[in-house]
Amino acid sequence: MERRNRNPLWRFPGVAPGAAFFFAYLYLPIFVLIAFSFNENRQATIWTGFSLDWYGVVLRNDDILSAAGNSLIVATTATLIATSVALLAALAMARRRFRGQDGVSAVIAFPLIIPEIVTAVATLLFFVAVGIQLGLTTVIIAHTVFCIPFAYLPIRARFDGMDAALPEAAADLYANEVQAFRRITLPLLWPGILSGAMLSFIISLDTFTITYFVAGPGATTLPVYIFGMIRIGITPEVNAISALMLVISIVFVTLSYLIGRVRR
Amino acid sequence: MAPSRQARSTPSPISPFTSLANLLRRSQRARLILLIAPALLIIGVFMLLPLGLMAYVSILERGINGGVQWGVHTVDAYVAFLFEEDLLGNLAINPDYLQIFGRSFLLSFVTTAACLAIGFPAAFYMALQPEKYRNLLIFLVTIPFWTNLLIRNYAWILLLRSNGLVNESLMGLGLIDAPITLLYTNFAITLGLVYSFLPFMVLPIYASLEKLDLRLVEAAFDLGANKRRAFQRVIVPLALPGIAAGCILVFVPSLGAFITPELLGGSRSMMIGNLIQSQFGAARNWPLGAALAFALLAIVLLAMMVYLMRFRRPPGTG
Repeated sequence: MERRNRNPLWRFPGVAPGAAFFFAYLYLPIFVLIAFSFNENRQATIWTGFSLDWYGVVLRNDDILSAAGNSLIVATTATLIATSVALLAALAMARRRFRGQDGVSAVIAFPLIIPEIVTAVATLLFFVAVGIQLGLTTVIIAHTVFCIPFAYLPIRARFDGMDAALPEAAADLYANEVQAFRRITLPLLWPGILSGAMLSFIISLDTFTITYFVAGPGATTLPVYIFGMIRIGITPEVNAISALMLVISIVFVTLSYLIGRVRR
Repeated sequence: MAPSRQARSTPSPISPFTSLANLLRRSQRARLILLIAPALLIIGVFMLLPLGLMAYVSILERGINGGVQWGVHTVDAYVAFLFEEDLLGNLAINPDYLQIFGRSFLLSFVTTAACLAIGFPAAFYMALQPEKYRNLLIFLVTIPFWTNLLIRNYAWILLLRSNGLVNESLMGLGLIDAPITLLYTNFAITLGLVYSFLPFMVLPIYASLEKLDLRLVEAAFDLGANKRRAFQRVIVPLALPGIAAGCILVFVPSLGAFITPELLGGSRSMMIGNLIQSQFGAARNWPLGAALAFALLAIVLLAMMVYLMRFRRPPGTG
């Protein structure tokens, strides 16, 4: 739709207020949480004054730091594997049509449509049946699986927007395939790769349900630790660590969005 | 030119890498398979295979202290879903689990309807904006999706609990005298589910409205339709694929929700996800948990298939 909102004919009653309500609904809880994380009061929901104390408490808590360390190890490893694998698949899928291509697309997108609780149960049963000890390794494996589609889709989108004539031109100029890939295709794909990697990183960092099932003792990630804290009670520490995680995610997505918009 | 090409290709050193590269250069098919194999292998071994295993576990005998007895087959898990054994060994219909399934369906339907009611105006508004604002608005819609679902649901506890922001505001305004119970109710769950999955409704509807040919709407106006009629007869029918996609994208994760009912629901408002989890926790009945998860998977895949058959034309007819 083009810029027709100037024309009164295109003003449908209730649309603008509806949109305002929608965005308020979407963002109000996030703002409330962040605001309360700066509350000095021990009672987490009664405002008494501004304070950064709870952030200090959180950052001095060894359990939180070790959970954050686990989260970073898992997210980094899962992202590296998922992005490499997704890049290879995207290279094959974008190049030409072949038989079974739709099937391959469906398998890659499969982790997206299965409810997380089902994946969690199936993965747990698999590790128990095969006899793999639950721990960081099982968490990394489980995260890699559902990170693949998140890494794949932005790379694939970047491929579709790429001028297919450019690598061909490189070949005409006597570049061999490896050279054409390294000097032409890869630099052009780079924003898509980075964007996909960042998205899988956040998704891995945020995932709770699957981790909750397949993390053994000692492999507690940050969301699992936060869940345990919430179970015990609503405290200012929970507010501070939650706000911190929200802000980290939002910064990451914003960066990913800006990188993805780099001119093609 | 031929001699110079010859010269270029001869001095390449022979290594395992180059011989592999040579094989790949000769065979397009080998290259294709090698590129796709890692992704398919990871998803196949660690996702598809486990789902198959889950179906198998659902027909195994439960272990005495949790786990399962491999190789001992029974349909106990499926019987336990509908019946319970009384002290005399007779089977009586047990409505507990059915009730949880019923509640999950009901809450998911309400969630989907509420998402549609809130999401459609928002998507319509976005589609009518100039292009440079549209991208920003889409970005604003997607941000919550990338933030932690657990934390976003936790934020609602701060709003809904008895001394939370909603109750304090209502009392401050003099609308109520004492705090009303909002948290740990079906209402809280619905609110949390709508909040969690609203972007999934807005984005597909926006996508179909954005492609809509406005001349069709103008034609309706020219033919004497008022706004309401143009909306009902032109805009909504053309947005139907987006509406259907949005509904399925909201309904499916709502049905399998675990975090939202766990945090915002009480012990008497369990959903399927909590029931499944409890079989792996306190109840220690893995086969029943597997059977419930399998039932959920079947429902979800069925919903997806119905959607694909109804709303996705086969390739080549579009």
